[in-house]
Amino acid sequence: MIAAIILGLTRFLVGGTGLWIGCAPSTRQRIYFANHSSHLDTIILWAAMPPDLRRRVRPVAAADYWGKGKLQRYIALKVLNAVLVERKGGSSNPLQPLQEALRAGDSLIIFPEGTRGLERLPGSFKSGLYHLAREFPEVELVPVFLDNLRRAFPKGSLVPVPISCVARFGAPVSLAEGEPKAEFLERARAAVEALA
Amino acid sequence: MIDLPAIEPMMLWLYAGVLGLLIVASLTAFFLARSVTTDSGHETVRNLNARIKAWWVMVLVFALAFVVGKGLTLVLFGLVSFYCLREFLSLTPTHPRDHAAIAAAFYLFVPLQYWLLWIDWQAMLTILIPVYAFLLLPVLSVLWGITDDFLARTAKIQWGLMLAVFCVSHAPALLLLDLGPHRPIYLLFFLITVVQLSDVLQYTVGKLFGRTKVAPHVSPSKTVEGLVGGGLLAVLVGTGLWWITPFSPLEAAGMAAAIVLAGFFGGLVLSAVKRSLGAKDWGAMIEGHGGALDRMDSVTFAAPIFYHLVNYFFAR
Repeated sequence: MIAAIILGLTRFLVGGTGLWIGCAPSTRQRIYFANHSSHLDTIILWAAMPPDLRRRVRPVAAADYWGKGKLQRYIALKVLNAVLVERKGGSSNPLQPLQEALRAGDSLIIFPEGTRGLERLPGSFKSGLYHLAREFPEVELVPVFLDNLRRAFPKGSLVPVPISCVARFGAPVSLAEGEPKAEFLERARAAVEALA
Repeated sequence: MIDLPAIEPMMLWLYAGVLGLLIVASLTAFFLARSVTTDSGHETVRNLNARIKAWWVMVLVFALAFVVGKGLTLVLFGLVSFYCLREFLSLTPTHPRDHAAIAAAFYLFVPLQYWLLWIDWQAMLTILIPVYAFLLLPVLSVLWGITDDFLARTAKIQWGLMLAVFCVSHAPALLLLDLGPHRPIYLLFFLITVVQLSDVLQYTVGKLFGRTKVAPHVSPSKTVEGLVGGGLLAVLVGTGLWWITPFSPLEAAGMAAAIVLAGFFGGLVLSAVKRSLGAKDWGAMIEGHGGALDRMDSVTFAAPIFYHLVNYFFAR
């Protein structure tokens, strides 16, 4: 019910079409990684997936935003089935909840920039994606570019405005044998940028 | 505000005619689709089908609006404005810091404009956007202190609001006019019918006999032959509809000609705007959505002109 309302509102205001350019929707285990410019990113990526994937793919969301209010928490946990992570301080291994989800066979959505940017193209990636790629080589890494979100709901604004947003899914990238961390992260970032 | 009018025989005849026309059009498109083989042929059929689909929606909307009344008509045109503005601003690269101005355009001026129509405040209707929105939008953007492309950014939002909200709202604004014994909803019907027929007849005549392009760089499908032939046919149909309006046959022809010309230039100008943004169809770039402005481009120019002509010469 709440999911239907959120989906309806999303379609009405910002569209949220998914374009599968480099790969087809699939239930095989994947990590979708995307540029990050808005709190709506998670919802748009979720809305851009076909219904059966929407129920299976779990967005990784910051606990300091999505865990805050009662409504946000409800949406994050019950509707989006999100994996909440602490961004600052706290546990010694911030990737632990992600590793657990991947071990359980879930697919994930992550935003490797770590924080929302104001620019259209993604900034440099944090190293989490590299560590996950090394630990779970069998999981496909799918780049996603989210377009127009920085205009629809930019950092620092109160309400989203009706501007059509799309999610473009690219061809999977994988970590090459012995590839250095910085090189891999830059290649992954470029794969997202190429979809812009 | 919901007063069910007795179904007038005039409206029944009109509807029978329109339904007949639509069924013929749909059947023609269906058989055309099976017989064409070339790429350009498929493109033409696709274009015709998009129009026919939009007409079915318009006819349904009209039927509903006629039965339920002004309130629903306003809500529906409000949604059309909303979608056109969304389409326009989605394709127009604004800056993230224009967010406040865009939010005001959508959440303040769209509802306000249609609320003015609801409460019948005609004087304000014509100045809200050209005066108040025109001045407020740059104020909302300037407060962020980013001067890069300031004029271009502001103008884009102002243009979007003028076309999608101000201009489009002049179609339902016809309902506010006091025309004595004549019901203004028939004028709305007259406007939309002439605009839509003019569009499709110009396109069809242009495809069949078009040689001389009006502005090949702007819109390759617009030809002098199409404009003259299709335009004259649309004027003929408009003249034939004089009996549902307060116009004499000659006046109906003049009004239809004004609508045809304004609509033609509306399509041409919006094509140029589209091309300057690097798109061919308004719908094509917003994948999976859109196309509302492709159907409304001629209405945006024709509606305010028609409204003012009727208001000046025929309203009390």
